[in-house]
Amino acid sequence: MFRTLAVATTLGALGATTALAQGIDVKLGVLNDRSGVYADLSGEGSVVAARMAVEDFGAAAKGLNVTIISADHQNKPDIGSNIARQWYDADGVNAILDVPTSSVALAVADITAEKNGVMINSGAGSTALTREQCRPTTVHWTYDTAALASGTGKNMTDAGGKKWFFLTADYAFGHSLEENTIAVVEANGGEVVGKVNVPFPAQDFSSFLLQAQGSGADVIGLANAGGDTVNAIKQASEFGITQAGQKLAALLFFVTDVHALGPQTAQGLSLTEAFYWDQNDQTRAWSERFMAIHGKQPTMVQAGVYSGTLAYLAAVQAVGSAKDGAAVVAKMKEADIQDPLFGTVKVRGDGRATHDMYLFEVKSPDQSTGEWDLYTQVSTISGEDAFLPMLDECDFTKK
Amino acid sequence: MMFELLGIPPQVLMGQLLLGLINGSFYAVLSLGLAVIFGLLNIINFAHGALYMMGAFVAWMLLNYFGIGYWWALILAPLMVGAFGIVLERTMLSRLYKLDHLYGLLLTFGLALIIQGLFRNYYGISGLPYQIPAALSGGTNLGFMFLPNYRAWVVVASAVVCFGAWFMIEKTRLGAYLRAATENPTLVGAFGINVPLLVMLTYGFGVALAGFAGVLAAPIYSVNPNMGADLIIVVFAVVVIGGMGSIMGAILTGYMLGLVEGLARVFYPEGSAVVIFVIMAIVLLIRPEGLCGRAA
Repeated sequence: MFRTLAVATTLGALGATTALAQGIDVKLGVLNDRSGVYADLSGEGSVVAARMAVEDFGAAAKGLNVTIISADHQNKPDIGSNIARQWYDADGVNAILDVPTSSVALAVADITAEKNGVMINSGAGSTALTREQCRPTTVHWTYDTAALASGTGKNMTDAGGKKWFFLTADYAFGHSLEENTIAVVEANGGEVVGKVNVPFPAQDFSSFLLQAQGSGADVIGLANAGGDTVNAIKQASEFGITQAGQKLAALLFFVTDVHALGPQTAQGLSLTEAFYWDQNDQTRAWSERFMAIHGKQPTMVQAGVYSGTLAYLAAVQAVGSAKDGAAVVAKMKEADIQDPLFGTVKVRGDGRATHDMYLFEVKSPDQSTGEWDLYTQVSTISGEDAFLPMLDECDFTKK
Repeated sequence: MMFELLGIPPQVLMGQLLLGLINGSFYAVLSLGLAVIFGLLNIINFAHGALYMMGAFVAWMLLNYFGIGYWWALILAPLMVGAFGIVLERTMLSRLYKLDHLYGLLLTFGLALIIQGLFRNYYGISGLPYQIPAALSGGTNLGFMFLPNYRAWVVVASAVVCFGAWFMIEKTRLGAYLRAATENPTLVGAFGINVPLLVMLTYGFGVALAGFAGVLAAPIYSVNPNMGADLIIVVFAVVVIGGMGSIMGAILTGYMLGLVEGLARVFYPEGSAVVIFVIMAIVLLIRPEGLCGRAA
């Protein structure tokens, strides 16, 4: 008995040594939008972030042979699914990173579970990833629609914006964001006085803005993203809506969007993000390196790809292999992670990574000292308050 | 409220109609350019949306690289985009006149993808900021709605340009040459008129109209590489409804469909993006040559 154990241990140790000498092969696939509306907030920048993570982790010195590949899912679930299958089946990819656009992310989550890979999602917003469609191989790192609502929605209702009118992008993401925000608004004593489902994508919001103006709402909630939000804000200012005292709530807005709008038009907007480049010395130092390579400041999605990759590689190293995706994700859930950009991150049993979220206000042109000096931090929302509580049936650490 | 129409107060309806007219102005200028190019060159110019986008970007570049403001951009950007169009016409399109329409369509479609791809590569997808010129900021309260001065300007500018283009093509000697050159280029050439030059200038003019619409759009819409791709399909529908190649048809249909779309946004917003295509389908079924088109 004892002898068998001793032999087994020796063999195990030998095996471990060989594995270390040969290194652990890890193949990462960055799957995101490289040409469409989300290309600036994810795109090539996310690939840059993943490469920086591999370098900063010191993968080579720690015996990990990491390769990174990338592809464009064009925001289409069928294309995203095909690439994910190809990556897992033929190309030996161990983990898929980023995956913005909720519909694509949900499709890739299922394939990942089926193939026992890993999806570290940074770009998508749907809470379904860790609720209705939770999977043991999913980690949802950066944000979700509930966290956005808990920041911007709560803050604006508390500040006196009791009556809300929603302009909602007429697809899954918009409706999810609207629903989460309505829940927060109503929980804080606000009410919804009207809403319009706006076809996606839209150039002209003037008709819808006029309806919102006529509704007598205090706050116009923009449950849309990217170019749609930029257009809506630009035109709200043009039609004197913001000047007349109605406030706009940009429920999903990235630093690249604010940059596109310029502080002249965007000033005073409040918005929720998980990361801003100019928060502390560590974020500034990292962002400076990112900027040197990519030419733009990182978005929270790109920062999330970096941090998610760091955490994933640490778990792979601890497990000793990248082959069993569920085991690697289980390892990520074991202890709190100290992350250079997101602070203390806890990956819950359902795969939701919780961390602080921040409420920012866009600076006025006088306050802004540079092209990317765009936000003032207003408050911090703790991870417990920001994200929805875990559903019992999604707690994979209990199974 | 004295009376309401389907639960919508008349003030709101007036406001929405006015907004529809403003959007119709963009459709009119863009579809006019397409109709001119199709009517006189027989080219289905799929690059029109990309050239509209270029107009907006050129305005942004003039401002940010050279400090040239909106008013000069309104003249310079269409000229520059028009010149770019002339280069395209000389080097590529002119080789296709003898071939089927399909080749021109494929070529211009490919060009549109290349132009958009290049801009996306250099400027990203999020777009660039462009402010409303100081002289036109602010607005007027009309009682039933707040009309931004810039939107009023858009309606006036587009109406003037549309009327000017129609007058030039239908009522002047130059326009008569143009129309004759499309009917029978050989004969018109025999009278000593430089037909290739006319055709080249016509394409340049149609493209310049797209550039002009782009500058008009820059302060109110997001200036990004896809701005034209989103619009061009609607504009094609407008041209088809108006009757391919009909100048007046394109202008009138542009304004009219802007109005219809504005109404759809009040009564059934979810359907506002498809209403134009529904109308197109109906028109094609009942009157395939379009509302103002001449039967072939």
